[in-house]
Amino acid sequence: MSLLNREIKEEIDLWVQKFPEGKQRSAIIAALHSVQHFNNGFLTSELMNQVAEYLDVPKIQVFEVASFYSMFNTQPVGKHEISVCTNISCMLRGSDEIVDHIEKRLQIKSGESTADGKIFLKKEEECLAACTGAPMLMLDHQYIENLDIKKVDEILDSLEKKP
Amino acid sequence: MNQLNQVVFANIDEQEPWTIDSYIASGGYEAWKNILTNKNDSYKPENIIETIQESGLRGRGGAGFPTGLKWSFMPKDDTQKYIVCNSDESEPGTCHDRDILKLNPHALIEGIAIGGYAIGATIGYNYVRGEFMDECYPQIENALNEAYQHGLLGKDINNSSIDFDLYNFVGAGAYICGEETALLESLEGKQGKPRFKPPFPANFGLYGKPTTVNNTQTLASVPMIIKNGPEWFKTFGTEKSSGTIIFSVSGHINKPGNYELPLGIPFNKLIEYSGGILDGKKLKAVIPGGSSTKVLPAHIIEDCTMDYESLQEAGSALGTAAVVVIAEGTCMVNLLKRISRFYFAESCGQCTPCREGTGWLYRILDRITNGNGKESDLELLVDVANRIEGNTICAFGDASAWPVQSFIEHYYEEFEYMVKHKGKTKAA
Repeated sequence: MSLLNREIKEEIDLWVQKFPEGKQRSAIIAALHSVQHFNNGFLTSELMNQVAEYLDVPKIQVFEVASFYSMFNTQPVGKHEISVCTNISCMLRGSDEIVDHIEKRLQIKSGESTADGKIFLKKEEECLAACTGAPMLMLDHQYIENLDIKKVDEILDSLEKKP
Repeated sequence: MNQLNQVVFANIDEQEPWTIDSYIASGGYEAWKNILTNKNDSYKPENIIETIQESGLRGRGGAGFPTGLKWSFMPKDDTQKYIVCNSDESEPGTCHDRDILKLNPHALIEGIAIGGYAIGATIGYNYVRGEFMDECYPQIENALNEAYQHGLLGKDINNSSIDFDLYNFVGAGAYICGEETALLESLEGKQGKPRFKPPFPANFGLYGKPTTVNNTQTLASVPMIIKNGPEWFKTFGTEKSSGTIIFSVSGHINKPGNYELPLGIPFNKLIEYSGGILDGKKLKAVIPGGSSTKVLPAHIIEDCTMDYESLQEAGSALGTAAVVVIAEGTCMVNLLKRISRFYFAESCGQCTPCREGTGWLYRILDRITNGNGKESDLELLVDVANRIEGNTICAFGDASAWPVQSFIEHYYEEFEYMVKHKGKTKAA
């Protein structure tokens, strides 16, 4: 049974068209983004195998990519992903306190997901290129800058209300 | 005189500068249209390369290599060639390409098209970092669609017999992909591991074809240079560092932001533009060009002008012009530990000195900050850093070594104090 729905396949097809004939390997990254998005934020072996099959590339090529890039999760994670940048510019503006606060409030450590499977706090986030808005975090690919504890609490409050 | 936003950001105070109508209204795509209509000889590929060489434009991605010279390395035969834009912005402290993608995407598209035409490439890829997928990517993708709808890209564009197709690509999180050959590997759908050079991309690039990789800001500077001429560009900056550059000023500063200013501006003037040191504190140190450049103490940087030569003479580099401002009271040991963790996490693992050495650096710094440092550790840190530097395929190894060498050189007593006092910081 195919785990790739029509929407995913159409997205992958669009990407394949960007590259010369026979270079569909270039579409692996985009295909994995697409599949991960539809699978609540993580990849499974079955999904990766099907991406390989659909793109007609060896399975190992897809696994290599999935394991190399930090945006791909190869283990189940919470539905919503929070990544707090803790690199130098953010560190100088208090990102460590932001991480501490989130860890305490959600009662998880970085790299873990909440018990209800709702929130995943990503581990060791590196510079996200928003240094002039430090400290900042990324919530499901959305950048939120100039954080303070109050703003973080508002973000977490609204997340708790989400399905 | 207001020196801000003269080249790359010249039009960003217009209404919705990211739309094609706004860009065209401020004179955008004039240079590209002149090429398409073959207005005069100055728009021939070899003359465009010469113009860029004369302008003195240097790569803004960190290395500062002359752009026109890089373009001139491309073979002149008929094989398929590529131009690739490096929008994989991830050098810690750097965030100006993000603003270009968001605020002025058409300047970038026009710059890529001109660059592609000049080097004989009919296909371009713009490699956007993965984390930008919901913010910058839709913006640059919309702009690209607009450019196609206006008949500015494609095959035989406006019967000009010029072909140029451009595609946006999205990465997936890996600092190393900012290295140009790692970026090409990634674009080919592989792990981002740098290639041995030579062969250089101009001979063996994307899919083994001649390729030029340029940074976003570099390419976004091109349309205005072609439009206004190299002499105009050279009215900004210094003799060897011509033009403007976007400084990303972050850290302990009152008004963090991206400031496009002429190269060679005095450091203190840049701080003035950025509102002064945070909360009136005293400046302690500055990392002037992203985390890979060497830290400079206040008394050294305060005498510098912000250009390639001055910062090199001072013992550091302009890098990406990501100016990280550090105020008095900051613990330099903790800061270096954070930097070293970054290089440890991001090493691609291909070369042993880097893969193992970055781990050594981080672990030694970690034990020093945890109060378990030994007196011999400081020497060991420098020794490990020296053994990485120059012994790896790409410059990442050097970039992991330079912060360690420079932090220990300038702040030795802080490291020594922490070792002797079981992890207690000397910084007040």
